[in-house]
Amino acid sequence: MSAEALCLAGDAALLSLAVAGALLSRRPFAGTLVYGGSLVVSALLLVVAIDALLFGARGEPLVLPLGLPWIGAHFRTDAMSAFFLVVVNLGATAASLYGLGYGRAEHDPERVLPFFPAFLAGMNLVLVADDAYAFLLSWEFMSLASWALVMAHHREGQNTRAGYVYLLMASFGTLALLLAFALLARPAGSYAFDAMRAAGPPPGVAGLAFLLALIGAGSKAGIVPLHVWLPLAHPAAPSHVSALMSGVMTKVAVYGFVRIVFDLAGPASWWWSVPVLTVGAGSALLGVIYALMQHDLKRLLAYHTVENIGIIYIGLGLALGFKVFGMPAAASLALTAGLLHVFNHSLFKSLLFFGAGAVLSATGERDMERLGGLIHTMPGTAFFFLVGCVAISALPPFNGFVSEWLTFQAILLSPAFPSWVLKILAPAVGAMLALSAALAAACFCKAFGITFLGRPRTEAVSRAREADRLALAAMAILATLCLLVGVLPGLAIDALTQAAQIAVGAHMPTQSSIAWLSIAPVAESRSSYNGLLVFLFIALSASLAASFIHRFASAALRRAPAWDCGFPDPSPATQYSAVSFAQPIRRVFGSVAFVVEERIDMPRPGEMRPAHLDLKLSDRIWNVFYMPLILIVERAAVQFNRLQFLSIRQYLSVVFGALVILLVVLASWP
Amino acid sequence: MIVDLVFQLLQMTLVIAVAPLLTGVVRATKARLTRRRGPPLVQPYRDLVRLARKEAIVADSASWLFRFVPYLVFAATWVAAALVPTFATGLLFSWSADLIVIIALLGAARFFLALAGLDVGTSFGGLGSSREALFGALAEPAMIVIVFSLALIAGSTQLSTVAAYMASGVAGLRVTLGMALVALIIVALAENGRIPVDNPATHLELTMVHEAMILEYSGRHLAVIELAAMLKLALYISLIICVFVPWGLAIADASVADRIFGAIAYVVKLLAAGVALGVFETSIAKMRVFRVPDFVGAALMLGFLGALLLFVSRTLK
Repeated sequence: MSAEALCLAGDAALLSLAVAGALLSRRPFAGTLVYGGSLVVSALLLVVAIDALLFGARGEPLVLPLGLPWIGAHFRTDAMSAFFLVVVNLGATAASLYGLGYGRAEHDPERVLPFFPAFLAGMNLVLVADDAYAFLLSWEFMSLASWALVMAHHREGQNTRAGYVYLLMASFGTLALLLAFALLARPAGSYAFDAMRAAGPPPGVAGLAFLLALIGAGSKAGIVPLHVWLPLAHPAAPSHVSALMSGVMTKVAVYGFVRIVFDLAGPASWWWSVPVLTVGAGSALLGVIYALMQHDLKRLLAYHTVENIGIIYIGLGLALGFKVFGMPAAASLALTAGLLHVFNHSLFKSLLFFGAGAVLSATGERDMERLGGLIHTMPGTAFFFLVGCVAISALPPFNGFVSEWLTFQAILLSPAFPSWVLKILAPAVGAMLALSAALAAACFCKAFGITFLGRPRTEAVSRAREADRLALAAMAILATLCLLVGVLPGLAIDALTQAAQIAVGAHMPTQSSIAWLSIAPVAESRSSYNGLLVFLFIALSASLAASFIHRFASAALRRAPAWDCGFPDPSPATQYSAVSFAQPIRRVFGSVAFVVEERIDMPRPGEMRPAHLDLKLSDRIWNVFYMPLILIVERAAVQFNRLQFLSIRQYLSVVFGALVILLVVLASWP
Repeated sequence: MIVDLVFQLLQMTLVIAVAPLLTGVVRATKARLTRRRGPPLVQPYRDLVRLARKEAIVADSASWLFRFVPYLVFAATWVAAALVPTFATGLLFSWSADLIVIIALLGAARFFLALAGLDVGTSFGGLGSSREALFGALAEPAMIVIVFSLALIAGSTQLSTVAAYMASGVAGLRVTLGMALVALIIVALAENGRIPVDNPATHLELTMVHEAMILEYSGRHLAVIELAAMLKLALYISLIICVFVPWGLAIADASVADRIFGAIAYVVKLLAAGVALGVFETSIAKMRVFRVPDFVGAALMLGFLGALLLFVSRTLK
């Protein structure tokens, strides 16, 4: 069987699991059935996808008699979709494994079980779709399934609002994609991707389609300023679904963008890379500043997704520019950097959400200000979460560093751009990327340090229990992959050659043949990196130092109360909190992204009332772009409200008028 | 191969051997300039040995991470220092990582040290970590944009290649290099917690950053962290030396005599830089914490301007 057929069979299996989940959700074994089934199917699909990625799968499109009459639905996998299938199904496998244990604590299983496999099926279908109709249908299916999961705990806090904003933004994104496909389908005369690729729309139309794709796919991926729904919706879902939405679904959106812009929209214009680079750098910087200001652990992670999507878009934008100006080697480097970051981010963001979920189920808390000291009670979760934090902060020898390093190497090739705009934009983007990488390290220092280190801030937290074994296994798998990709980046880069070939018509030189498993994106004299050696060096010199000192100096150890400059305070409230940790950074960078209102009420000496610090942050982008929009809609709604109270005569005349106008338009249509 | 390995190991031993001496020189200079006699030059070695022999006292609330971090910080700094060409370029492992990796390794060391500051759960530790996070968030991108400039001039991000290019004298005088040098010095001051950013000699709670982070450490753990800090200072000065003052640097495949000469020249330059640092620190006052972002931000802007100049001037040729 071909890869397409296998994928569709897997999707059918997932959909039947969804039906089974809906019918049996109240039974005690339903969770095991749905998550176990999803685990098996996703793992099989993962094998199929890896096979297609490594050994090529440019099969004939599979046409099924579904959807529009006489047209059918086309499905096909190529290396690009195979790569994203790997990302989706790896995340899905890990999330299903995690869900097997985590899902048991779910109090409303009927609100989660039917939609989980449906969501997985939706994401898989988007990737194998080979015509606009199947693509959009699967896209919308994916959105709605994830919306249902966001609304699973609809009674809690702000979740209803999150679901509402998500639904609006998802519909808006799909509308933009619909228009983009409509523009591309018109010159092709068909909805099939093959026809669009062959037709090659005129430049103006292609440019418009590009902008619509940027908006449509970008709203799902969460680029600034279309990110507003993401930090509301992703944390609202159950944690394994949050992991899928943040780690995986945003990547499906990146796939949609890559598919349209690099593959379907024909030859690109040079200016295309300008908006992509701008939103990429903006998302990277604003995303991490937003994340730094959060003290809700899951929301922090969700905001940080915006940063990583920005890094991916920087890679894609550079690749577009290099491709247009005929620099295929540089284009393949930039694209590979972006795609590798897609993979890396899916690994560590899923891992981190799993850790946050374990903390949530062990303590019932998402607010970091009420956590602390969990490294003592949840050592396994703490260790894997730490691995995720190091990886996402782009520190060697983990995987996040490799993709950012490749992105920097691509930026260093950009002085060769003939265009002045790009020549000035590229170093600015590089500086913003460097700034966001450094802020990301601060952000995850805070996330790990406040949540897992220090002393427990509440009684409940000090009694937390370690996560179950399946959840730990899921985290262990992802953490191991983070390290493996970090120390053997050459193998990961080589796996991406076919995908890069499709998008930019070139691929990076084979890395696995370089001695000692180093990577050298351009030439070894120019830059090279060997994650394995760096890892071994660090491990070796750390153990050398430790054993030397223990052997020749002293190995004695005494436990004692903390020193704290002589005035230790037993109250855990005297520790640094998440807000206080971020205070210096908020003071320097906060006003870039937020309107910060800080009110300090300090009693005079002698007064006995407590001091107060009130901190209000409001998102500038929400205030500038969305509030006016909401006001306009509200005003218009009030105006249109009059239409509800007309007499029957007035209604009839309105209908008549509408009919006349429509007929006139129809008659004058060329 | 064996010879290369020997020289690589020699380089690693050399940096670790002279790093405490460098700190001793800085302290002695500052003492003399303030009309004190000051401790002898070997005092930092004695301090390290004394600390290492004492029993380590670890707070009750500390986790395994607290005891693990000193060695990790030391290892990351040492590996980074091993990659800097001090007396010869083209050392055995120099191709395994480039300048960006060196910065990232130091970033990893900072990350873990900041975590250790939060581990015990005291207010001082958090204070140090939080401020270190802010300074790092500004200094690291400044360093990266400086790397952009150097990489564009030398056509490589490999520090060994950059140093060899600079030593060959082809680069000449450039505005960008001047900007990069000033920016690099500011970053080096900030990253090593020197005056005017932080005061390594203080224990006044409101003025300290690095010392607040490591307040709970004692005994061998403190010795390892102190050594890592000395190593980091030596690393930054070596970095500045090998890029901006590469005279005497033995280029790859040089004879053994050249390399020995290179080592001597390196130690002399390093100690001279130590004296200069002592003079600079004595002649300037410490800044308030929230003036530091402006100071380090200036480095970021200078580095960025330098890089931008290069990006744009590529077409003018």
